[in-house]
Amino acid sequence: MAEAHAVAHEAPKGFIRKYIFSLDHKVIGIQYILLALAAVFVGMFLSLLMRLHLAWPNAKLPFYDVMTPEQYLALMTMHGTIMVFFVLTTAPQSGFGNYFLPIQIGAADMAFPTLNMLSFWLTFVAFMVMLAAFFVIGGAPISGWTAYVPLSAVGEIAGPGLGWGQSLWVISIAIFCGASLMGALNFITTTLDLRAKGMSLMRMPLTCWAWFVTAILALLGFAVLLAAGILLLLDRHAGTSFFIPGGLVITEKLIPHEGGSPLLWQHLFWFFGHPEVYIAILPGMGITSHILSTFARKPIFGYRAMVYAIFAIAGLGLSVWGHHMFVSGMSPYSAFAFSLLTMSIGVPSAIKTFNWIGTLWGAQIRFTTAMLFAIGFVSLFVSGGLSGIFLAQPAVDLPLHDTYFVVAHFHIIMGVAAIFGMFGATYYWFSKMFGRQMSEFLGKLHFWPTFIGVYAIFMPMHFIGLSGHPRRYADGSAVEFLGPLQDVHYFMTIAAIVTMAAQFIFVFNFFWSLRKGKKAEVNPWEATTLEWTVPSPPPHDNFGGRYPTVYRGPYEYSVPGAAKDFTPQHTPDGSGGGVH
Amino acid sequence: MEQKQSGTGSSLVAAGLAFSLVVLTFSTIYFFLKRTWWFPEPISAFAESIDRQFGRTLFITGVVFFLAQLALGYVIFRYRDRGGRAHYSHGNTMLEILWTSATAVMFIGLGLAAERAWASLYWMGAAPGAMQVEVTGKQFVWSFRYPGVDGLFGRTDPSLVNDAAGNPVGLDTSDPAAQDDIVAPTMAVPVNQEVEVILRATDVTHSFFVRELRFKQDAVPGMIIRLHFKAEKTGTYEVVCAELCGLGHHRMRSVLRVLSQDEFQAWLREQAQEL
Repeated sequence: MAEAHAVAHEAPKGFIRKYIFSLDHKVIGIQYILLALAAVFVGMFLSLLMRLHLAWPNAKLPFYDVMTPEQYLALMTMHGTIMVFFVLTTAPQSGFGNYFLPIQIGAADMAFPTLNMLSFWLTFVAFMVMLAAFFVIGGAPISGWTAYVPLSAVGEIAGPGLGWGQSLWVISIAIFCGASLMGALNFITTTLDLRAKGMSLMRMPLTCWAWFVTAILALLGFAVLLAAGILLLLDRHAGTSFFIPGGLVITEKLIPHEGGSPLLWQHLFWFFGHPEVYIAILPGMGITSHILSTFARKPIFGYRAMVYAIFAIAGLGLSVWGHHMFVSGMSPYSAFAFSLLTMSIGVPSAIKTFNWIGTLWGAQIRFTTAMLFAIGFVSLFVSGGLSGIFLAQPAVDLPLHDTYFVVAHFHIIMGVAAIFGMFGATYYWFSKMFGRQMSEFLGKLHFWPTFIGVYAIFMPMHFIGLSGHPRRYADGSAVEFLGPLQDVHYFMTIAAIVTMAAQFIFVFNFFWSLRKGKKAEVNPWEATTLEWTVPSPPPHDNFGGRYPTVYRGPYEYSVPGAAKDFTPQHTPDGSGGGVH
Repeated sequence: MEQKQSGTGSSLVAAGLAFSLVVLTFSTIYFFLKRTWWFPEPISAFAESIDRQFGRTLFITGVVFFLAQLALGYVIFRYRDRGGRAHYSHGNTMLEILWTSATAVMFIGLGLAAERAWASLYWMGAAPGAMQVEVTGKQFVWSFRYPGVDGLFGRTDPSLVNDAAGNPVGLDTSDPAAQDDIVAPTMAVPVNQEVEVILRATDVTHSFFVRELRFKQDAVPGMIIRLHFKAEKTGTYEVVCAELCGLGHHRMRSVLRVLSQDEFQAWLREQAQEL
């Protein structure tokens, strides 16, 4: 095992090298987190406009007056894209992972600091290019975050936003893919090569396992999306026909392409798109395990099973993309295989859930805000996972596919659960990152309306899906059976407004605590892993040149015979740490 | 330590969280049983088979949901910090094996049970003698083509598509087989008659969705997709588009009329005269 004794780079002088073009993984991690924080508020604001429009289609809204269908679809496309790429992919992995992976494994920095800086700044450029799509002629694209062809491939003839807006969208995604590939390489190398003495793989915190496996998924997934994006760009601007079949007539104009396949895009997109769900959620699962064990004051139940389950989820996650395509026209025989593989993901997911509850069994739970969000994560993971069991069966998927049932499912499991992981991580690690503690009172004030609010938004959404309400409808006025469902839209919109308002408590707490929070101790939660052995915030090279030696697993809480109810990983055997 | 001081606070939080989970569990189950917002009545044997599989899935996931949420509520209340020391345990391999096998059998068994309904729609063709209807999606209308008395669909050509001239699918009338083809903006079928749907799209991807048939299939440019159904209840049902196809996606609606054999023949004659 390599030892990370060499400091990769000297501490920077000067503002620009320290805070802007920094090589320090901690600064880069915070840059990613702030980028995601900006992005999540953009994405949330877009969803607020959408929800207002869905409840009151004829109301005048800020920026939009009375919203047109194409404006609604542009908001929907940008909401999905910004949330999936610039929030769910950016914060849990690149943000918190960048900051804490090196510290938790006892390293001075990531393996490739310059590459790390480059991946952040490319992500930033990608975000700017994406936002630029709002301001070009025709506006943002209306083809959804999935950008299904031919709609996204044939240009503005097929609708507003499909000209320049769609091109910027593809370019932004391609840049983002490049950034993610660099980040993934960095995470994998760091995990394998820079662990401190004694930090065997099976002594890593579950957060590190989650970031490591997520990086593998990102490496395989984003490579394919990058290829797909380049092919789409060529179809749009170089006259190729990878995705466009012959004989298309759009607004009575014959499209001069032939030989392409619309299903090819769907296969490539979902080959990335399904692992992407796990890229978003695995870090949340790791953080949840970490927080649950800390505040349960118990070792994680079945650590090995948890590690194997992460691998099983990732491995199966790579081979189930076809369940997004049961009604797409792909071979109905392959649906059988995709379905059984998808149902199989229920097994490692159930292992995780059982083991979380097992971790809490016999515990002495401390209800910090981080713990509340971790418990909320488990509840949401169960709710969102079980609706997946319906969609995984092709026959049951028939009436549910492309309805609000799907929207409810992925918002709970991929959106809200992952965001609960991020909130948990923020409340848990804030003091380490910024040297001051967040207000626990404001934290709890934030938790309650958020937890109740997200269920109030997304539980009723299942029912309008069962009633057949198709997703991505700008309004329901043209279809008779949607009329009776309007009451549910009102309810969801009001729940969404309340829940969004509660998020300002978080923002206030975040910035208020930065300046006014209580000074943080080194180890305020009495936790065991290496990030709690270094000052808050840690020095430039994390360990001040004195690298730790690790003697035990990550979650040694309440060890019989030990003086305290936590035995840190760097405590040598026979020094009062109790039996291992 | 701060956490230790909040002994009373934590039992309040524990009780509050456990109570929220109980309310969540029971209110969710209540609405699933009450069926205020639900599938419409099925109108085919196939739709009924989908509903049965949905019911099986709802039962199993409902039990798991109930047990998991309430177990979570129980442990967080029961094991709140009361000043003692937590039980030291790294897990239990027998329990892991037990619940891994139990969920594997349950979920994979459910998945296998679902394949019968799927296979009846997708692995088997339409019954012999099925009536054929070609369904074409384009921004933002559905067109339904019947082969006419000769039973043959005539040739189509994309360059002949002309909505103003009443030729939305590009029918090539120089082909004799095309001359008696009937193209209508709504769909009608006879009750209890096996129908083969031939799905096409001429511009972007659409999706043909009839809730009462539990029937949804994308119409993909460059592909011809054949499916079949047999409607067993007369009535008028809405056809909507379920795949994002552009700014008019939400108004891409038509209707399916399930008629008696006589009414259907009258409808067909009426459509033929309008050509």
